[in-house]
Amino acid sequence: MISRKAQDRRMYLPTQDAIDCDVHPAVPSTKALLPYFHEYWQEAIVTRGIDRLNLDLTSYPPGAPLSARADWRPAKGPPGGDLEQTRRQALDAFGSRIAILNCLHAGQVLHSEDMGAAFCRAINDWLAKEWLDREPRFRASIVIPTQNPELAVEEIERRAEDKRFVQVLMLAGDEMPLGRRHYWPIYRAAERHGLPIGIHAGSNYRHAPTPGGWPSYYLEDYVSYAGAFESALLSLVAEGVFVKFPQLKAVFIESGFTWLPACLWRFEKTWRGVRMEIPWVDRPPAAIVRDHIRFTLQPVDAPPRAEQLVRVLEQMGSDRLLLFSTDYPHWQFEGGAALPPEISGARARRILVDNPLETYPRLAETLQPMEKERLS
Amino acid sequence: MTIDVLERNPKAETRLTVIDCDIHPTMGSLSDLNPWLSKRWQQHIVTYGELVRQGLAKTLSHPRMQPAVSRADAWPPNGGLPGSHLPFMQEQHLDPNGVAFGVLQPLRPNGNSQRNLEFGAALSAALNEWQLEHWTGRDKRLKGSIAVTQEWPEAAIKEIERHAGNPDFIQISLPPRSDEPLGRRRYWPIYRAAVEHGLPIGLHVSGVNGHTSTASGSPSFYIEEHHNNVQSMQGLVTSLVLEGVFEEFPSLEVVLIEGGFGWVPALSWRLDRHWAKMRDEVPHVKRPPSEYIREHIWYTTQPIEEPENPADLIHLFDWIGWDRLLFSTDYPHWDFDDPHTVFKVKLTDAQKRQLFSENAARLYGLG
Repeated sequence: MISRKAQDRRMYLPTQDAIDCDVHPAVPSTKALLPYFHEYWQEAIVTRGIDRLNLDLTSYPPGAPLSARADWRPAKGPPGGDLEQTRRQALDAFGSRIAILNCLHAGQVLHSEDMGAAFCRAINDWLAKEWLDREPRFRASIVIPTQNPELAVEEIERRAEDKRFVQVLMLAGDEMPLGRRHYWPIYRAAERHGLPIGIHAGSNYRHAPTPGGWPSYYLEDYVSYAGAFESALLSLVAEGVFVKFPQLKAVFIESGFTWLPACLWRFEKTWRGVRMEIPWVDRPPAAIVRDHIRFTLQPVDAPPRAEQLVRVLEQMGSDRLLLFSTDYPHWQFEGGAALPPEISGARARRILVDNPLETYPRLAETLQPMEKERLS
Repeated sequence: MTIDVLERNPKAETRLTVIDCDIHPTMGSLSDLNPWLSKRWQQHIVTYGELVRQGLAKTLSHPRMQPAVSRADAWPPNGGLPGSHLPFMQEQHLDPNGVAFGVLQPLRPNGNSQRNLEFGAALSAALNEWQLEHWTGRDKRLKGSIAVTQEWPEAAIKEIERHAGNPDFIQISLPPRSDEPLGRRRYWPIYRAAVEHGLPIGLHVSGVNGHTSTASGSPSFYIEEHHNNVQSMQGLVTSLVLEGVFEEFPSLEVVLIEGGFGWVPALSWRLDRHWAKMRDEVPHVKRPPSEYIREHIWYTTQPIEEPENPADLIHLFDWIGWDRLLFSTDYPHWDFDDPHTVFKVKLTDAQKRQLFSENAARLYGLG
């Protein structure tokens, strides 16, 4: 039973019933994953001392201000490592109905395809047991070893029956541009199972993050991640991924989106000039992007003045592109202000609920009938 | 709009003055540089050629979409390459388009990308002499860009000092895709020399540094490689600002050439937001990054941004600053912007004067 007081409080939450499309659970330690490995890997990991290694990603130093908002930083352990705290701060505080867990860990970074696949498998099973089984509002993304598409497809197939897994997760910075045919088996499997491809900020750093090489500072890296998404967008469209897989959706997660209008202007203009190079792209790229690519809300990377953000939202050219996210525990906003004040009314409703439901078909499938009605 | 005005028979006082900040002069072959190369380097070209960080020795690995990347009508009647014949350039572009000054951007040979630094420096030096001999010396409207081998700063500074007092050179040319991000300290001696001599740094899309144009490797297609030029530009702006280059050299002026400008607002917003959270990592950056960008960076206009709603171009200019934009055509390349048709929005006469000539005249001290 929900108390009267709680109900009253709920009515005032601008994000009530939201579907939060980006929450980050942290693997507390390599040891914590150990029970989820096959016997061979358990022995190898212990023998080699890998269980004593810290496998934090370069893309998200746990101590960096961005990686955890001060009031979301746990007393001990990595930010996002505590389920109880995540439930309270990421779900209850925003009144979110659902949160999609995107676990950023070592699986996609390791050079061994086999070890990468073993880590992804362990992470997915750990997510199912330690997070999804313990909180019905959580959903998760299937972490896959993009190093080897065959192994990645195996992992998708292994996990796809569990409808609490609602998308496939990749990093924006990978071995090769994300539209390349290398990845198409992954996209084929994802499309078959109604799973969008979630592309998250960050990189396995097979390549320098900028065309000018390796920057000095983390701040530069983080700012540059938006550029990695722009390149991924170009690649997915130019290679014809959405022509080949017309039901596929890609979700750019923690990508920012204020860069999108200028990106589309340039893409359209260049395409008009040189479209003979990619004849399978037989309609304007902006239309393809608006049909197939979605963007999580945070970070908004908002301009200083309200009317500028409103203009950017208009320039996006569709109210179906943004999906609500808090990016918990990453620090992108203060207090409960996940939704910028410029977003309200029908536009807010689309971002909070409708767009996520349209993007992730599995969300509606796993809701109880009463909940579906409440959200419809 | 703009077209209507220009299509009327222009009286002298209403005729638009154009400073074209991106014109490409070309040479037939590297041997055109022989007059300024030692016997060793002349022979080196014949024996070994260029050694750069990519798989094809004589051309880029994303073949372009047009012969010589050029307008079909830009091939001179004498049979040379587009941009190789001054009289034809005058007849086709400089005279009819009212070009009062034109800024040269020779792209080949790329002394800035050679792995053999001595060879690179020799090429850069010869390229500068070639600009004087064949272009600026023959048409006083044309102004050169000092080519340097930035990975060998001592040689670069010698080259800058050789030409800094010559009014035929108006900027120092660096490649956006240098070996390391351009804000890093190895390049500071070049910025110091630029400031001492009052020369802007011009960064025209170029450079073969062995890094791919995206964080996920090399794209398959030219359409991607071309678009990703905006990533080079954003990376170098971010690097210059966050390394504190503009704190160290408060009078440094930087011109981004052919790298677009539609990305500037979003990059500025993103930089400001995340700098506010993580400024403890870059304590030498004293002010919001957008302020340095607003004060230190200029942009050439070609290829002009084409927002879906043309009026958004005005908002873009408002944000970036009307005083920061420099008209350019990219003659003789395929995506040439014609001064008569480039802007699809209504501009006031004062705005046109700013974009077409006044900003460039002030920055480069022309006119």
